[in-house]
Amino acid sequence: MSFWNFLINYRAEIFSRTLEHLILVSAAMLVAVLIGIPLGIALVRRPNLRRWVLGAANVIQTIPSLALFGFLIPVPFLGGIGARTATVALALYALLPILQNTYTGIAGVDPAVLESARGMGMTSRQILRDVQLPLSIAVILAGVRVAAIICIGIATIAAAIGAGGLGVFIFRGVAMVSNSVILAGAIPAALLAIGVDILLGLVEKKLTP
Amino acid sequence: MNTALGADGLAVELRNVGYRVDKRQIVSGVSFKVAPGETLILLGRSGAGKTTTLKLINRLLETSSGEIFVERRSQLEWDPIQLRRRIGYVIQDVGLFPHWTVEQNVAMVPRLESWPESRVRQRVREMMELVGLDVAKFAARKPSELSGGQRQRVGVARALAADPPILLMDEPFGALDPVTRAELQREFCELAARLEKAIVFVTHDLREALLIGTRIGLFAEGHLAAIYKPDEFLHSSDAEARAFVDSLGAEEGRERSSPKVTGRGRKA
Repeated sequence: MSFWNFLINYRAEIFSRTLEHLILVSAAMLVAVLIGIPLGIALVRRPNLRRWVLGAANVIQTIPSLALFGFLIPVPFLGGIGARTATVALALYALLPILQNTYTGIAGVDPAVLESARGMGMTSRQILRDVQLPLSIAVILAGVRVAAIICIGIATIAAAIGAGGLGVFIFRGVAMVSNSVILAGAIPAALLAIGVDILLGLVEKKLTP
Repeated sequence: MNTALGADGLAVELRNVGYRVDKRQIVSGVSFKVAPGETLILLGRSGAGKTTTLKLINRLLETSSGEIFVERRSQLEWDPIQLRRRIGYVIQDVGLFPHWTVEQNVAMVPRLESWPESRVRQRVREMMELVGLDVAKFAARKPSELSGGQRQRVGVARALAADPPILLMDEPFGALDPVTRAELQREFCELAARLEKAIVFVTHDLREALLIGTRIGLFAEGHLAAIYKPDEFLHSSDAEARAFVDSLGAEEGRERSSPKVTGRGRKA
């Protein structure tokens, strides 16, 4: 069966797998952003915590993805077979770039700007909201962008633990020794990555002061 | 709250103030008073404790010993945020918010204090005119579109916007080219004479100190060695004061036609 025939015959499944993939990545990114950005901000004020947290995030990044999925299966509450485990693993991978960029962005704000903000009577909250976040939003979003791309790629492996997504085609294609089937997973995943990259690039541009 | 002060009109008073980090004493035994209309210069070499003393006044640093009174109330009775909004603060690097326009920067404290918007706008206009910036031309610009001198003008306008009775200035003209610096110093003298603020001004430049100050406090190694009137300073026998006067002489010797230094304190 040629690639094009496969595409046409399986368009419904390709569509639903793409959707699955997107939901998986979105859920993981939501978790990573909700944890990563506040944690990154907290690290600026706690230098001794910084070493440990960034170190741990770095170590997680070095674990091969298939291994991490495997490790998580026996973990109670978070683990098991399926999308929940995959979300946790993906969120862990997305954490480092978000954490790292949030920290770098906030820590990189001109000290003179902070001194005058504090000296003129802004509260810590006002400084964070009106000065530090606006001035580092581009760097933070760049981290989110990298994290999203990483997640879309790694999410293809999630099919190995029954989480669905476009990886289903890739694993099936490998088993069937069929390039068409592999491509039916790989091409939409690549397009998804490019699309998300462009979209987040636009958001970045729009939010940059 | 109003700006009325006590009978002797005291805006800032330091009593035997010290500051140390761990066991290192940075500043000790500093006492002085500043009244409205006065400009007290804190003069000294780098690391003599001038900037530290300035930051103790608006509680960017906390005193380790002694007491500071602002408008006759102990500093500790003030909410630090409220205190800082009553004290204008200008630093060498200006620290304008790069993502805000000039108008937004100048309006910062009035907006923090939730002034009605019409009053904020009017105040911004007044302040920009006060520091010699054309409102129509500059209000909508970002700090990156200004020259160094213009930026520092905005810095001064921002510090004065909420009409604070006290102004702290940390080498505000230090990073400017000599011509712009002289221009801003001159204008600042006129401004200071008109505004009736209590000003504490840090510099390591004796020429600037003589020009702007009504009194000059000489810092050496974390101590306030003495406070002089500008003309007294030139005739002081103190070794550190002589060192500063000599440096001035050396500078003037280099320039063939040395401009005569005249202090605001002297002609007043």
